[in-house]
Amino acid sequence: MKKIKSVEEALSYIKPGMTIMVGGFLGVGSPELLIDAIIERKIGDLTLIANDTSFPDQNYGKLVVNKLIKKVITSHIGTNPESGLQMHSGEMEIILTPQGTLVEQIRAGGAGLGGVITPTGLGTVVEDGKQKIEIDGKSFLVEKPLRADVALLRGAKVDRKGNICYDLAARNFNPIMAMAADIVIVEADEIVETGEIDPNFVMTPHIFVDVIVKGGK
Amino acid sequence: MDSNKVKEIIAKRVAKEFKDGNLVNLGIGLPTLVANYIPKDVEVTLQSENGFIGMGTAPLPGQENPNLVNAGSQPVTINEGAAFFDSSISFSIIRGGHLDFTVLGALQVDEKGNLANWMIPGKKVPGMGGAMDLVTGAKKVIVAMTHTAKGSIKIMKECTLPLTAKAQVDMIVTEMGVMVVTDKGLLLKEKNPLYSIEEIQAQTEAILIIAEDLKEMEI
Repeated sequence: MKKIKSVEEALSYIKPGMTIMVGGFLGVGSPELLIDAIIERKIGDLTLIANDTSFPDQNYGKLVVNKLIKKVITSHIGTNPESGLQMHSGEMEIILTPQGTLVEQIRAGGAGLGGVITPTGLGTVVEDGKQKIEIDGKSFLVEKPLRADVALLRGAKVDRKGNICYDLAARNFNPIMAMAADIVIVEADEIVETGEIDPNFVMTPHIFVDVIVKGGK
Repeated sequence: MDSNKVKEIIAKRVAKEFKDGNLVNLGIGLPTLVANYIPKDVEVTLQSENGFIGMGTAPLPGQENPNLVNAGSQPVTINEGAAFFDSSISFSIIRGGHLDFTVLGALQVDEKGNLANWMIPGKKVPGMGGAMDLVTGAKKVIVAMTHTAKGSIKIMKECTLPLTAKAQVDMIVTEMGVMVVTDKGLLLKEKNPLYSIEEIQAQTEAILIIAEDLKEMEI
């Protein structure tokens, strides 16, 4: 199966109104070409699931600035003032979730689990409207799984089959999101022949990856 | 007191809490400075919640790697034996009780160990990031902050801002003193010799219990 595609072909999977997950932590480990292409084509009305909303002039932070996002599920918006402005004006709905809960909700979405049972957020506004359960005398919040139509990832080294190796702290949410979307697109800094990545060092197995796009670097 | 001196007193005192072999997460801002005062003979591993352990100092100019930054997006280095992982493992470390200490700042903290540090309704809503998980999961939670916010009181009887976590704070270190959360309230264990107990109490809403063996902080 040929997974390597042009940015143009990859973008055909992303339609207005869809839910997208974007890997990265304040933009480190985020696809750049794919995000720029979404902005160029003005694919809007999107729901964004990402750790944060990055910076106004960087990667997925630009999706917010270009008003392509109607709703975001994230742990932090503080580095992108535009997110706060759009939240206060009501243009964008923001669901703030503790980072550890967010990543587990995504993992649950990809792992066939019915939810996450976590102590994080107890006694705070995070528990509003959520189910609380007790297990062995301890209280927990029940958080639902998250999935997306498309996940956009960034890999340092990707082989032609789609096995991914990430670089340093650029891994973050990427391998978890790789399991939680119907279509998974990875932007690769470098595409190598199948077999060039030692199987011991594959971080995301190729079966999770649908499309590979050659990145800029 | 000059603000750098204030930060130094706080960071130096927090660093004394760590034991050889501890895994520690330092928050952005003042808590980051604690790393500068960890004694050489105490081996502490620093975690960065964006996905690694073994975080080192800031790189020399020109040596920055865009994929090697801390949770506040600042370039860092790694020490020998460092390890990288995804965010699920990172928060398993945090929530799963593998972290000996988390050190973070506060907007408010109260005598029950409640912490508010993630939003001011109607004014500033940056989000909680990893703070709720850190405070819930770490074995010991230290709040490291200036005693007041330019005169406005932060150590309360009861937090009025939205909480980050309920009853999780163990210790508060400020330039005025060291307070420990007990079931009777806040116990002042150490004080800065430059301040009297009355002066510290005047800057604190919670009623301080004074330790019988009240010690002086190193300043």
